[in-house]
Amino acid sequence: MPEIRVTPLGAGQDVGRSCILVSIAGKNVMLDCGMHMGFNDDRRFPDFSYITQNGRLTDFLDCVIISHFHLDHCGALPYFSEMVGYDGPIYMTHPTQAICPILLEDYRKIAVDKKGEANFFTSQMIKDCMKKVVAVHLHQTVQVDDELEIKAYYAGHVLGAAMFQIKVGSESVVYTGDYNMTPDRHLGAAWIDKCRPNLLITESTYATTIRDSKRCRERDFLKKVHETVERGGKVLIPVFALGRAQELCILLETFWERMNLKVPIYFSTGLTEKANHYYKLFIPWTNQKIRKTFVQRNMFEFKHIKAFDRAFADNPGPMVVFATPGMLHAGQSLQIFRKWAGNEKNMVIMPGYCVQGTVGHKILSGQRKLEMEGRQVLEVKMQVEYMSFSAHADAKGIMQLVGQAEPESVLLVHGEAKKMEFLKQKIEQELRVSCYMPANGETVTLPTSLSIPVGISLGLLKQEMAQGLLPEAKKPRLLHGTLIMKDSNFRLVSSEQALKELGLAEHQLRFTCRVHLHDTRKEQETALRVYSHLKSILKDHCVQHLPDGSVTVESILIQAAAPSEDPGTKVLLVSWTYQDEELGSFLTSLLKKGLPQALS
Amino acid sequence: MCKTELIDLSTVDVILISNYHCMMALPYITEHTGFTGTVYATEPTVQIGRLLMEELVNFIERVPKAQSASLWKNKDIQRLLPSPLKDAVEVSTWRRCYTMQEVNSALSKIQLVGYSQKIELFGAVQVTPLSSGYALGSSNWIIQSHYEKVSYVSGSSLLTTHPQPMDQASLKNSDVLVLTGLTQIPTANPDGMVGEFCSNLALTVRNGGNVLVPCYPSGVIYDLLECLYQYIDSAGLSSVPLYFISPVANSSLEFSQIFAEWLCHNKQSKVYLPEPPFPHAELIQTNKLKHYPSIHGDFSNDFRQPCVVFTGHPSLRFGDVVHFMELWGKSSLNTVIFTEPDFSYLEALAPYQPLAMKCIYCPIDTRLNFIQVSKLLKEVQPLHVVCPEQYTQPPPAQSHRMDLMIDCQPPAMSYRRAEVLALPFKRRYEKIEIMPELADSLVPMEIKPGISLATVSAVLHTKDNKHLLQPPPRPAQPTSGKKRKRVSDDVPDCKVLKPLLSGSIPVEQFVQTLEKHGFSDIKVEDTAKGHIVLLQEAETLIQIEEDSTHIICDNDEMLRVRLRDLVLKFLQKF
Repeated sequence: MPEIRVTPLGAGQDVGRSCILVSIAGKNVMLDCGMHMGFNDDRRFPDFSYITQNGRLTDFLDCVIISHFHLDHCGALPYFSEMVGYDGPIYMTHPTQAICPILLEDYRKIAVDKKGEANFFTSQMIKDCMKKVVAVHLHQTVQVDDELEIKAYYAGHVLGAAMFQIKVGSESVVYTGDYNMTPDRHLGAAWIDKCRPNLLITESTYATTIRDSKRCRERDFLKKVHETVERGGKVLIPVFALGRAQELCILLETFWERMNLKVPIYFSTGLTEKANHYYKLFIPWTNQKIRKTFVQRNMFEFKHIKAFDRAFADNPGPMVVFATPGMLHAGQSLQIFRKWAGNEKNMVIMPGYCVQGTVGHKILSGQRKLEMEGRQVLEVKMQVEYMSFSAHADAKGIMQLVGQAEPESVLLVHGEAKKMEFLKQKIEQELRVSCYMPANGETVTLPTSLSIPVGISLGLLKQEMAQGLLPEAKKPRLLHGTLIMKDSNFRLVSSEQALKELGLAEHQLRFTCRVHLHDTRKEQETALRVYSHLKSILKDHCVQHLPDGSVTVESILIQAAAPSEDPGTKVLLVSWTYQDEELGSFLTSLLKKGLPQALS
Repeated sequence: MCKTELIDLSTVDVILISNYHCMMALPYITEHTGFTGTVYATEPTVQIGRLLMEELVNFIERVPKAQSASLWKNKDIQRLLPSPLKDAVEVSTWRRCYTMQEVNSALSKIQLVGYSQKIELFGAVQVTPLSSGYALGSSNWIIQSHYEKVSYVSGSSLLTTHPQPMDQASLKNSDVLVLTGLTQIPTANPDGMVGEFCSNLALTVRNGGNVLVPCYPSGVIYDLLECLYQYIDSAGLSSVPLYFISPVANSSLEFSQIFAEWLCHNKQSKVYLPEPPFPHAELIQTNKLKHYPSIHGDFSNDFRQPCVVFTGHPSLRFGDVVHFMELWGKSSLNTVIFTEPDFSYLEALAPYQPLAMKCIYCPIDTRLNFIQVSKLLKEVQPLHVVCPEQYTQPPPAQSHRMDLMIDCQPPAMSYRRAEVLALPFKRRYEKIEIMPELADSLVPMEIKPGISLATVSAVLHTKDNKHLLQPPPRPAQPTSGKKRKRVSDDVPDCKVLKPLLSGSIPVEQFVQTLEKHGFSDIKVEDTAKGHIVLLQEAETLIQIEEDSTHIICDNDEMLRVRLRDLVLKFLQKF
C-alpha cells in the first residue's frame, strides 16, 4: 500500500524552528528549516541527525522548500546546508530569496557580534547557501525531477510568503507555511484552488482564536498610540523588519496625515529602510489597492516616518518608535525597552506573537520584574499592550482554507498542543476530515490509494461515452476491453483491436439449439407467432421479422423448420454466438415453454 | 484586426495571449461578439497591454471626428480609390477605436497566469505559458493532452535583452509546432542597429539638432534608454535632455521596475540588492530623463533644445509625434530615427514630404530570424512545423535569398489568412484511471515475451472529462419472491459483454477431453475446412474449424453449458 509519511523535526505542537519532513511516493522533501527564538542552545535548530544517521543529506532529500523569510522558517538554513551539509535544491519565492539572506545576516550579527557565540554560521556560509536556492514563481509548476513537482500559492502573511503543493503522480501534499486569510493594509489574502491533496499541513498559531474585525483592532491601536503621545509618553513598537512593520507604518502614516500630528515617528535604521525598498520593487506581491495605485503614490514611501538614531531614545517628549526585533529578545528594541520601561507614561505595544522564553512573552504573561543579564532586575512600569496584528489565519480562516483545498486529511503544526487539540476536534467534527497533530520526532503515516493511469483507445472510449448518452444509461453498464501491458506502457483497447495488434484471429463460438414446438400451422405462421410473442415480452430489445421468414432478437437468429415425419411439430432453430450467450439461453428456455394459445 | 466571419466567436472557449502587442484587438472580441470564454495572459502582458491601449485610445480621442465617412467603403467606389485604400481588405469590418471602458471590460475578463503554470481546460487539455524572451511577460504556449502536444511559438527572441530568456527545453517532443511572429526585418542585426542609433543620435545632437524617436511606450524603449544611460556620459552628451512623452510614460517607466520576476537574470539580481532593475530610474533621478503625459502643460515650460524626444505613435499618423514632425521637419539639423519595425518608414514619412530633416532607419526587431529558427527547430525537434505561408518562401523583394525562409524536414505546412488547416496527427488514446480495487482484480497473462494481457470489465465513470474505471457492481441479490415476477424481469441485460475468443481447437485432444468427461459414441468426420464431431447419443454436432466452433444441440441447457466449458478450455479470452 503506498503511503505518505510526515515527521515534524520542529513546529510539532510548538511554534518555532519549523521543519517538517515529508515522504511521498518515494520522494523526501523537507519543508522549512527554521530556528527557535526561545532557545540559545542546541534546541534552537531542528535535529537534522534524525533525517539520516550515516548518509549524506543530499542523497536522502530530493529538495528543501522554504515557505517565507521569517527566521523561524529559514533561520537554520545556512547551518543545515553548509555546516551539516546539503547540496540539493532549495526552493523559495523571489521575494523570499531576496530578503532571506539579509535577515540571516542580521541574525548572525546579533548571535556572533553581540552575544559572542562561537561555531555559528558565517557570512560566507549564508552566501554559499543562497547559491543553492532556486526561485519559483507563483503557480509555476516546478519539475524537481521527472516525478516530483511543486507549485507555490499566495499565502499573504509576509511579502513573498507562499504555500506549496508537493505532488508525485496522483498523490499530493499541501504545506501552508504561515498564511493569512484576510487581506491587510499591504498584503492580499491567501488563496488556493480546490486541489484536493491527500494531506494538508497547516499552521495553527491562532487555532482557538476568532478575531474581531481588523478595523476595530486598527482603531484600538491608533487610539492607544494617540492617547500615549498626547500625554507626553513614548510608544515602543517592537516589530520584525519586514511584514507587520510596513502594515503598521502605513496605518500610522495615514493617521498622522489625517490628524495633522507632529509627534515624530521613527523607524530603527538599516534593515527597515532597505525593507521598504523591497516592498516597492515587489509590488505585484502586495494587495490589490497598493498595486493599483503605486504609480500615483507608492505606499512604501513614508513622509512622516524618519530613520531612528540611538541617541533619540533619550530625547524628551513624546515619540513613536518602531524597533527590531519583534519579540524583545535582543537588539535595539530590547535596548529601548530597558530605557523606557521604568516610566508609567510610556507604552510598549506588542503587535505579534511572542515565543516562550523571550522578554516579549514574559511581559505579555504579566511578569513585571524581569531578570536581565548580570542579575539586574528590571521593573516594568510602562504600559504593556498586546495587539494581534500577526498575519496568521485564525480558527475561522484555517477552516476556510481546509474547505477551499478539500484535503483528505489535515495535519496541524506551528501551534500550541492545547489549542491544536481544540482545532483538531473542530476539523474532525465540522469538516469530517481526519486530523493529526504529531509532536516533534513523531511520524504520521497515511495510506493512500493509487489509481493506475493507462491509455484508453479513443475508439473504445467514444463508443462507451456515446452509449452513456442514451436514455437507458442510468443502468450501470460495463465497459469491456483488453489491457495490453508492454514494459511500462499500459493501454486499454477493444478486444478486437487487441486481437488485431497481436496478430491473432478471433475464434467464433456459436450455439444452435433445437426447440420443439407443438404447432400444426405452417412454418411461416409459426415464425410470425414467435415474433409477436417475443415482441410483446422483450420490450427493450430489437425484435425483427425478416423477409426470409426468420426472426431476430438483437443478433440472435430464430428459424422455424418442419421435420418431415411429424406435421404437428415444428422445430425452432435458435442460434447465437458466445458473446450473446445470456440472451440466447434465455430465449430457448422461454420458447421451450411454448407459445400462448391465442394470438393477441 | 481579427477576421471573424470564419468562426462564431461565441463558440470560442479560450483565448491565449502571447504578448502585449498581440492583444490590441481584444476588446473587439470580448465585447459585442457574444464571446463568453476565458482569456489567459501573464501579468506584465496585461499591465503593459493596458498601457498600449490606453495610449492608443488617448491619442485617438484627442482628435475627435464629428462624423466619419463610410460611403467610400462601397466596393464600387473603393476600387476607384488610390492605393493603399484600393487594396485594403475587409473594409466593411473596420471599426472605430474602442473606448477605455471597453478596454477595462475586456481586461477584466483576463485570467492571470505565470510561466510554467499548468492550466487545466475543462479537464480535456492543459495549457502552459512559457517565457518567449521577446518582451516583458511574453509567452509561447503549450497545448497538450496526455498523448499529444502542440506548441505555439509566437514572438520569441534568443537575444539577451531585458526579458527572461526564452524557454526552449519545454518545447521539446511536440507533435506540432506552430511558428509565427518572426522578425519583420530578417536582414538587420539588432545589436548593429542599436550602435547606429546611438552614433546617429550623438552626431545630430553635437551639431545642435534634435532627435525624434517615434516609438511605443514600452518594449525596446527600455533597452534604448539603457544604452543611452551607458553611452551619453562617454559621448559627452550628459547635458542633453531626454524627453519621453506619452499619456502612459510615467506608468510604463514605473511598471517596468516592478516585474523583477519576469526579467533576465542580471536585472533580477539587482532587485535583490535592492536596486531598481532598469537604470532609467537613475536617469530620472538625475533629471536626465523627463517624462510628460503630453506636449501641453509642464513640457512646454521645461522644453530645451537640442534634445532627444521619445514619443508615439510610430506610424506618425497620430499622437504627439505628429507635432514634432511638423516642428522639426524643416531643418536639416534634426533627425528622426525609426526603431520600431512594424511600419514602413517611407510610408510613414510620405505625407510629410518634402522634408529637410534627416531620416535614419534602424529597425530593432529582436524576434527570431531564419538562422535562429533553424537552430531552434534542430534543438526542439518537432514532428511537424506549421507556419504562415510567407515564411515558406523568400520575401518577394529578395526572391534570391533562399536563406530567408524556413527550411526544415519534413517541410513546414503553411497556412493562409482565413484558411482552415487540419493538424497532421490523429488522436488515438486518452488517459483513464483504473481504481486500485479493479486493478487488483485483473488477471494478466503473458501472451508473448514482454507482453501481457488482461481482460477488463468495468464501469466507466466520466466527470469533467476525467475518466475512471471502477469495479463492476456485484450481481444484485434476487429480491424475495413475494412479488409476482413478470417474465420480462428475467430478460438478461444484453449489455453485459462477454469477451472475444481466440485460438484453435485441436480435434484429437478435444475428443479425448470429451471422453474423459463421460461422452461416448463419438464420431469424427473430416470436412473441407475442419472436422465435425458427432455425439450420436446426444444428437449433438460440433463443427470445428480454424477460427470457429459451432455447437448444434437439442434444447438441453445442461449439455450445452458442459460442452461450452470444454470448448472454452482450449481458447483464450480477450
